Amino acid sequence: MWSFFHKLGSPPWLYGISGSILRWLLPASIVALLAGLAWVLLVVPPDFRQGNSYRIMYIHVPTAVVSMAGYYVMAIAGAIHLIWKMKMADVAMKCAAPIGAALTFLALVTGAIWGKPTWGTWWVWDARITSVLVLLFLYLGVIALYEAFDNKEAASRACAVLSLVGMVNIPIIYKSVDWWYSLHQPASIKFTSESTMDASMLYPLLYMIIVFYALYTCLLLLNMRAELLDRERSKGWVRALLKGSR
Amino acid sequence: MNWQFDSLAALMQMDGHGAFVWSAYGITALVLAILLVAPLNRRKRLLSEIRGEQRRQKAAEEAHASRS
Amino acid sequence: MHPVRKRRLMIVLFIVLFSSVAVGLVVYGLSGNINLFYPPAEVVAGKAPVGQSIRVGGMVVDGSIQRASDSLRVAFELTDYSGTVPVVYEGILPDLFDEGQGAVAAGQLDANGVLQATEILAKHDENYMPPEVAEALEASGKAPPGAGSGS
Repeated sequence: MWSFFHKLGSPPWLYGISGSILRWLLPASIVALLAGLAWVLLVVPPDFRQGNSYRIMYIHVPTAVVSMAGYYVMAIAGAIHLIWKMKMADVAMKCAAPIGAALTFLALVTGAIWGKPTWGTWWVWDARITSVLVLLFLYLGVIALYEAFDNKEAASRACAVLSLVGMVNIPIIYKSVDWWYSLHQPASIKFTSESTMDASMLYPLLYMIIVFYALYTCLLLLNMRAELLDRERSKGWVRALLKGSR
Repeated sequence: MNWQFDSLAALMQMDGHGAFVWSAYGITALVLAILLVAPLNRRKRLLSEIRGEQRRQKAAEEAHASRS
Repeated sequence: MHPVRKRRLMIVLFIVLFSSVAVGLVVYGLSGNINLFYPPAEVVAGKAPVGQSIRVGGMVVDGSIQRASDSLRVAFELTDYSGTVPVVYEGILPDLFDEGQGAVAAGQLDANGVLQATEILAKHDENYMPPEVAEALEASGKAPPGAGSGS
């Protein structure tokens, strides 16, 4: 068990294994995404009330869900580096920030586009939308904060602290529709009772969420590999790598 | 297979909601493409940079060795 | 100024400005929502201010929608099954606005307790189903989906 964590802390090991994983995960995720898009755009029926505009849900919900999970990835990775000084965790935290920001941005934009034909507005300051906007600012704040320091050790510490402070926002986002009167409706996917979505629509949604999780994993690994090369460029394993490959 | 749209025109139109659906999917495709391509390009650029550094360093070492 | 320190100053200023804007937006946004939303019961009880911009949300009462024949003027009632507020609005309504559906009206209460709305938003619930399933539900006598199923 301990040796696993020891390996996890080794840049060449992580670089190698992420390469092996990506070799099949990346093409598989892209194919799965394309298949999913065909499914939700061509095959899944329209909603009885919203018509075809609800198809935006198949992008909006996965990006929102993964942007929130990705925040935990960033915060926990930051905490691990803060506590155990594990460099790989720091690399993960740094790489998770821009990916999370992009997904949050997509959640907000697709939400706004979906809101116009359904609610009648592009934007409203309700509890959920406002707290997701805060999430975007937290992500952007981590990115900016990292760049502000010349001393990267200090940068990592500051970003880890900011990420941890912002963690409270995630359950707020999740519960916002239950705690406050909001324009956004309660969750359709329920864990302890029956979901309020027809099976023909629920399964494609769950599928798209899984696909976006897979894409997130690919993006994180891709970025970590590049970041590792940058940080370790003078190390022996990188030189050996270059001798072996193209 | 239960095709919801009988023609490409119908697919684009989406019963009046076409502009909304396609702009949402379009911007998502664009952002995802950028997210996927950026790290790949960065890695390529880094590898060539590091290779360049290695060559320069090797040349400097050889020049130094031949002098002594 | 030393170039490195100048760069840091710029970055620090950017972060300060950026976070101020962020916090400012959040405060602005939250104030618009938390202070100024009123359920119909509170409006009826006189707890909502007259002549100030507020929002009232609830279900559109069945049979209450009255549209003028020569203009976009419409009158209806919003209820939370505890109190009912009459609303008057002139303009285009969202597609999903309907009797038995949720709605949020933004505007000002007049002296007669009528909300002079400047914006109407439709609120939909978390039920999603294809048209055939909805029709089958109605045909089998179960409640028409969406009506009265909570706001």
